[in-house]
Amino acid sequence: MNALVLSAILGVVMMFSGILLKRPAAIRSVAIIGLLLLLASNMLDMSGTRFFSINLGDFLHFDRFAFLFNSVAIFCVLVYVLLTGKAIERVGVKNYADYFALFFFVLCGIFLVTSFQSLLILFLGIEIITIPLYILTGSDKRNLKSNEASLKYFLMGAFSTGLMLMGIALIYGAQGTFAIEKFNLLKIPGSPLMIAGMLLMLFSMAFKVSAAPLHFWTPDVYDGAPTVFTSFMATVVKAAVFIGFIRLFENAFGLLQPTWQLWVALMAAATLFVGNITAVFQQSVKRMLAYSSIAQAGFMMLAIFALNGDAKEGLLLYGAAYSLATIGIFSVLSRMDDYSYESFNGLAARQPLVAATLTIFLLSLAGIPLTAGFLAKFYMIKAVVATGSNLWLVVFALLMAAVSVYYYFRVIQAMYFREAGEHSASFQEPGKGFKWVLVLVAALIIALGLFPSLLLNWLYF
Amino acid sequence: MIALLLILVPLLSGIATFFIKKEQAARSWAMLAAVVTLAVSLLGLTVLNKANYLSFHATWLPELGSSFSVGLDGMGQLLCLLTSLAFPLVFLATWRRSYPNGHSFFGWMLLAQAGLMGVFLATDALLFYFFWELALVPMYFICSRWGGERRIPVTFKFFVYTFAGSVIMLVGLLYVYFSAGNSFAMHDFYAVRLTSKEQTFLFWMFFVAFAIKMPIFPFHTWQPDTYEQSPTAATMILSGVMVKMGLLGLLRWLLPVLPISSYAWGDVASGMAVTGIIYASLIAMRQDDMKRLIAYSSIAHIGLMCITIFSEHKTGLQGVMIQMFNHGINIIGLWIIVEIIERQFGTRKMSQLGGIAQKAPVMAIFFVIIAFANIALPLTNGFIGEFLMFNGILNSTVTKYGVLLTVLAGTGIILGAVYTLGMIRKTFYGEVNELTANARDLKWNESLALTIIVAIIIVLGIYPQPVLNLTNEITDTILKNADVLSIKK
Repeated sequence: MNALVLSAILGVVMMFSGILLKRPAAIRSVAIIGLLLLLASNMLDMSGTRFFSINLGDFLHFDRFAFLFNSVAIFCVLVYVLLTGKAIERVGVKNYADYFALFFFVLCGIFLVTSFQSLLILFLGIEIITIPLYILTGSDKRNLKSNEASLKYFLMGAFSTGLMLMGIALIYGAQGTFAIEKFNLLKIPGSPLMIAGMLLMLFSMAFKVSAAPLHFWTPDVYDGAPTVFTSFMATVVKAAVFIGFIRLFENAFGLLQPTWQLWVALMAAATLFVGNITAVFQQSVKRMLAYSSIAQAGFMMLAIFALNGDAKEGLLLYGAAYSLATIGIFSVLSRMDDYSYESFNGLAARQPLVAATLTIFLLSLAGIPLTAGFLAKFYMIKAVVATGSNLWLVVFALLMAAVSVYYYFRVIQAMYFREAGEHSASFQEPGKGFKWVLVLVAALIIALGLFPSLLLNWLYF
Repeated sequence: MIALLLILVPLLSGIATFFIKKEQAARSWAMLAAVVTLAVSLLGLTVLNKANYLSFHATWLPELGSSFSVGLDGMGQLLCLLTSLAFPLVFLATWRRSYPNGHSFFGWMLLAQAGLMGVFLATDALLFYFFWELALVPMYFICSRWGGERRIPVTFKFFVYTFAGSVIMLVGLLYVYFSAGNSFAMHDFYAVRLTSKEQTFLFWMFFVAFAIKMPIFPFHTWQPDTYEQSPTAATMILSGVMVKMGLLGLLRWLLPVLPISSYAWGDVASGMAVTGIIYASLIAMRQDDMKRLIAYSSIAHIGLMCITIFSEHKTGLQGVMIQMFNHGINIIGLWIIVEIIERQFGTRKMSQLGGIAQKAPVMAIFFVIIAFANIALPLTNGFIGEFLMFNGILNSTVTKYGVLLTVLAGTGIILGAVYTLGMIRKTFYGEVNELTANARDLKWNESLALTIIVAIIIVLGIYPQPVLNLTNEITDTILKNADVLSIKK
């Protein structure tokens, strides 16, 4: 609750700081301090120190899982601001503070989605997340691609919102309540109203996490949006919606698992296939990362499919590993003026440290041991194998992971094994602070890859 | 303690190497680290050869049922000795070769050594998988960065092939993990009893990963290209040490864990291996490039070891273990010669060479001895290994096709003699041509490396008993766990 209230307040503070503060660096500092405060208050909340005691009724329930993910999300946003905060200036200095305000509002939505107890709150949370994203996507006002992406995102997003509302309405019709605690699935498990509502919810959530076959908006939107904001929406937001996704399907529809499990399995397989195979053919690293985010979503879908203890822990780890690595890659990408693979040629010779950390991020995304990405994938497949059936799904997922090596390693190949040529993009010389944060994130990824308990123990202690 | 040091010394010194900017200093440092590792490995064989020194356990990922446990058994001792011997030899033989950005080359090499050691030492399945992948990453960087013209796609193919194989193995490992009561420990894996249907699909999940690594026909296509395109120092490690990962996988993680399917499907695997032997030998005869010739010859040798493993006979298995060591030593010797020839004449094409023996007699003597060991002439180490292996295949009670396999694999040996001797004839004998007229003989570092190799060849060829003693116990353990015939009765 602390973080929820504070994030809303901080959002407003950021809006007004734009009027009071003129220097971008000052605005950035306010945002960083705000995020640190947010992180601290959330941690305090987790350990039992609550600033507010409000009767939340059936609307919200903060459990350790939600708290821990909220901390991860705040931390990722902090890393994101530290790494890419300066690059946001290039999108527009005039509205600089507003972007940060939007980040805080998105965080507010994330806190709702991760701890909702009522379908109404879920809907509210999802909308609070997506509306700022529509704005951020279109924030490069003079760029046609950005405008197109924003419009596309908005139209498609509105459509999926409609689906979700319809689903909620149908479920309300079947159950007579929005509170997922009070759902009575044992009595009327197979009521067509309930099943139809559940499927509509499944599709709209799948749309938000860009799972196939509802992924079509993703590449265009991620590619069209300014790179700095793609980084934000492809990582923290996606992971958060997944937390809401698993919460919905565990707490609300858990008993209907036999009904939806095959749907989720097929969607996961389709997502993995589409994401990985299409990513292979991309010529631009940015677009590749868009498809890679679809592919990674396919892996996270496995958690929804398995829905056991390992799956929940794994999803948390996956969210952290994927977000940190992708934020790191995008932060480097946003400092380049060209996004083709060739532009990475010979980067290792010019920027050895940046190239080395980037390699760790890519290895983590590909799932090579010693990185958090490996253990995250490992948790996922362990969760699926533990269900005892559908071994084909695991084998398929891992073969697709082997495919993913192709496009992640192309970047490594360009950086290390190819000479810098005329195509090599100019790389904005990074400052000391940027490099330190990159090294820190890389170290964190390796630490999590060796000792996931660093993160997961917080769930229990 | 020994087991831990064998991983830590190359790992830490490898990381340190990246920070030494001067190439010569990095080279000396890497050499020092490799020699220290060798000393540790020798200590483990002699003075500190006690159970409590040889294994190490630490808590790691308890929530996943895994622990950091490493330990040395007879087979591990032998393979770690091979690994710790191979790296100093490689550094010594390529002492004068300069690499662009050399310090990171030596850093990656030492990291590769740490990964290989981990694979040979791990007694926990998840840890084994960890190292299995980690050994691959340094090799990927070495081969793609310092290799030949087509290095990037070729090495990439190698990486993806192995990676795809190993992720499937990971699913298999997980399946056994759940059957073994949520534990990755090796002894729990050995104790697990799976139905024959489960074992059948698990067998193929494991075998494909190992078969790609060894490589066994038809999973071998990455190998000749990779050996050819890699820098020779890396090829030495790939063929001398890394292929042993697959064989060790069969011996330690397949036979004892999946005894029924190894019995049932062993003949199919042997059939694939024997096809590979004949096929690779025939191709080797037609090669003009020395590197490719040796690469194909390696497929044939590994194939024989694979057949012997599935014949599950004690003498044979001891032969496999000796031969794993011998093959590593011999093939590194061959690569050293190839490296010298390539550096001197700028070509590996046998059609362009000839008459080197007249100009460089010492090198010729070394080459001939190593080549004899490669075709398993008596009094060389290769003979001991192959003799024991054929003995095992013939006397095996597990396979019904012992005689057939012996005859076919024996043909491979004869063909091996044909192409190996052919290679000597074309390169070292015959007329001296323009290219080889100015051939020089060995430098001191090359002579030293080759002398060590030839000494091992001859000593083990005459007195292999210490190795047999070393592998006695572990073969019994493997066979006891792999035994299905006595359960039937």
